[in-house]
Amino acid sequence: MSALQTKSKTEGKMVFRLANESLTLGRNPILHGIDMEVSAGEKIALIGPSGAGKTSLLNLLHQQQSGQVALQPQQTGLVDLLSTYQNIFMGALDRVGTLPALWNLIRPLAQHRAEIEKLAETLGLGDKLWQSVDRLSGGQRQRVAIGRALYRQQPIFLGDEPVSAVDPLQAKLLLEHLLDQHETAVVSLHNRQLALEHFDRLVIVVDGRIVCDAPAASLNDAKLDSFYQQDPTPEPPAEPAPAGEWAISGS
Amino acid sequence: MISQLFKPRGNSSARALNAVCGLLILLALLALPWADIEVYSVDPWIELGRIGRGLVMPYWDGWQILLQAVGQTIAFALLAVAMAVPLGLALAMLFHWRAVRIFCASIRSVHELFWGLIFMQVYGLSATTGLLAILVPFTGVFAKVFAEIFEQQDRAPAETLGSGARGIKRYAYTLIPQSWPALTSYTRYRFECALRSSAILGFIGLPTLGFHLETAFKQGDYSEAGALLWAFILLIATIRFWLRPRLLPIYILGAIWLLPETIGFSNGGYLWQFISQDIWPKALLAGQWSEAADWYAGMFSSQVWPGIVQTLLLTQLALVLTAIVVLFTYPFASQALAGPVMRWPGRFLLLVLRSMPEMILAFVFLLLFGPSGLPAVLALALHNGGLIAFLVANASDAEFGSRLGRPDDPGGLKRYAYLETPRRFPAMLAFLFYRWEVILRESAIMGILGIATLGFYIDSAFEEIRYDRAFLLILATALLNILVDAVSRRLRRAAGADTPQPGRTH
Repeated sequence: MSALQTKSKTEGKMVFRLANESLTLGRNPILHGIDMEVSAGEKIALIGPSGAGKTSLLNLLHQQQSGQVALQPQQTGLVDLLSTYQNIFMGALDRVGTLPALWNLIRPLAQHRAEIEKLAETLGLGDKLWQSVDRLSGGQRQRVAIGRALYRQQPIFLGDEPVSAVDPLQAKLLLEHLLDQHETAVVSLHNRQLALEHFDRLVIVVDGRIVCDAPAASLNDAKLDSFYQQDPTPEPPAEPAPAGEWAISGS
Repeated sequence: MISQLFKPRGNSSARALNAVCGLLILLALLALPWADIEVYSVDPWIELGRIGRGLVMPYWDGWQILLQAVGQTIAFALLAVAMAVPLGLALAMLFHWRAVRIFCASIRSVHELFWGLIFMQVYGLSATTGLLAILVPFTGVFAKVFAEIFEQQDRAPAETLGSGARGIKRYAYTLIPQSWPALTSYTRYRFECALRSSAILGFIGLPTLGFHLETAFKQGDYSEAGALLWAFILLIATIRFWLRPRLLPIYILGAIWLLPETIGFSNGGYLWQFISQDIWPKALLAGQWSEAADWYAGMFSSQVWPGIVQTLLLTQLALVLTAIVVLFTYPFASQALAGPVMRWPGRFLLLVLRSMPEMILAFVFLLLFGPSGLPAVLALALHNGGLIAFLVANASDAEFGSRLGRPDDPGGLKRYAYLETPRRFPAMLAFLFYRWEVILRESAIMGILGIATLGFYIDSAFEEIRYDRAFLLILATALLNILVDAVSRRLRRAAGADTPQPGRTH
């Protein structure tokens, strides 16, 4: 199936089109009869309980359109021994020739260096540019992965929980930046609030099926609850009952 | 080259690795002018062509003798390992005692061939000599590696036992069952090493494959040599098909039956004389201290020191060349870089390199390049490089398609430089450090082939029946080995190279 059909919809040309797609891994069915179309310019959030098949759905989309996509998988795919600079640079590997790419390992290419320094600055990684990424915290590693995705400089962003490891304020800012830098985005998210506030369209996946595909404006937290209960996030533990009550439980 | 691979700036883990690599390369460059690595042979290509023809067209007319040589090679290896495993296990349980650790370090720091030369003086050219030559150093290795494996196990099961359950009971119920897969897998690998050791014991006269190989090469009968080499490669490549735990009792009985008939018996009197008299200089025994000191000083300046220097120089060159071999060969055997089908020729080449004992490779290179350190360096680098590259390629394949991979990972040379090599590098360096000790032991033993390392002086001393000299030189070799082992452990920690599974590389 050609992903680059020129058939125009209301928003613009279509960039992804899944028609009755299913996926089985070994003997386990992962996705059933997925129908989904994405047009240029749309910002779509994928939500649903963990294990529902959001990652697999993103992979299907990526297979359709790998050329123009900046991907950010959940397992960041960073290379531990390489520095922040090199890990971000890897986003540009397909537009740099082999010899310059090899030389860049020995001596960073001036033009890329200037660009990546600026990018790292905006991601708050300015002082970590020459550290190997195995020495970074989880949140910093995730920002490096975001840096690589941004440095792909593609019109489409596919992100799998791209801001799950950073604090809420940063998550909001980073997500806004990612959406701002890409024309089209499909992003799986755990955080419903971010999904409702920053995206035009929400796709809810439960047990490998799309159970709802609607404009974000038509949805709210209560409506989302009717499709699935939020996974029990680690909430503050319930206050233990006073010992006295336990002691006189018979009364 | 390697040191330049990762940008050495800032607070980076690559920095320590770079520093260590840079140091090793610098030492190798400094070693270059001093090491004896000239090419003497005028035209090695003619000889190489003849050897190549022999490999392509192997021929052997007395199949019985070939089979017998293969059988006896297996017999020595199997029986020696069967005895070394329980001994090593027992010592591993006592490894917290310093005395046991020192004992094990000293027996494994002497190469099988040197043990062979020692036991030959006492037991002659016999089954006992062959068995002990493998058994003694292998016991030391098993003890060390088994103890390392035990150390990596979870402590919790042992802690739940009563404090009265100590010693062997504790091991039998917790650590041994916990680490059973690691123990058996290491034993299996070690059996492969024993086959190599058994084969090269032929170089000092035991009736194993090495004996026939040396004869065939010396007579220039390369088809016969080819047949022997192929037999040996096949033997190693098929181990997993024929080495079945259930068949072990049958194999062991067969091995006992196949051993050479000469049992090798020595009355206790001679053994005692050997230990108490023969291996010490006369002056020392007579209590003439100043003459004894002169003897030691003379030995040191004329043999021990030059032997140590050449051994270290060749080791250093071989170590760096090994790393280069690994970096150039592993991509051809890995699925991610060579592809699922095209990796097989690469894997076959690495299998051949790692199956072939260094001694045999060196022997062939000696015919080509003449008697210098070059054949030894090449042989050591190719064998060890093949072995490490095999492990590195396996690690790469294990990760291929795992969660660490991304669908947009680059391919080809870019993948090699940006993904695979940086990810494998710490483990590769750790393998290399583990292997350092082995390379040193092997470059000492290369002296038997006429290269001026410690082994050369040891071999000459045995030939001249100067056991006092031989003993001193072996002692020096062992101490050097222990020293290098300690340095390698320090460097490994300094570089922060992670510790892969123990064993496998020893």
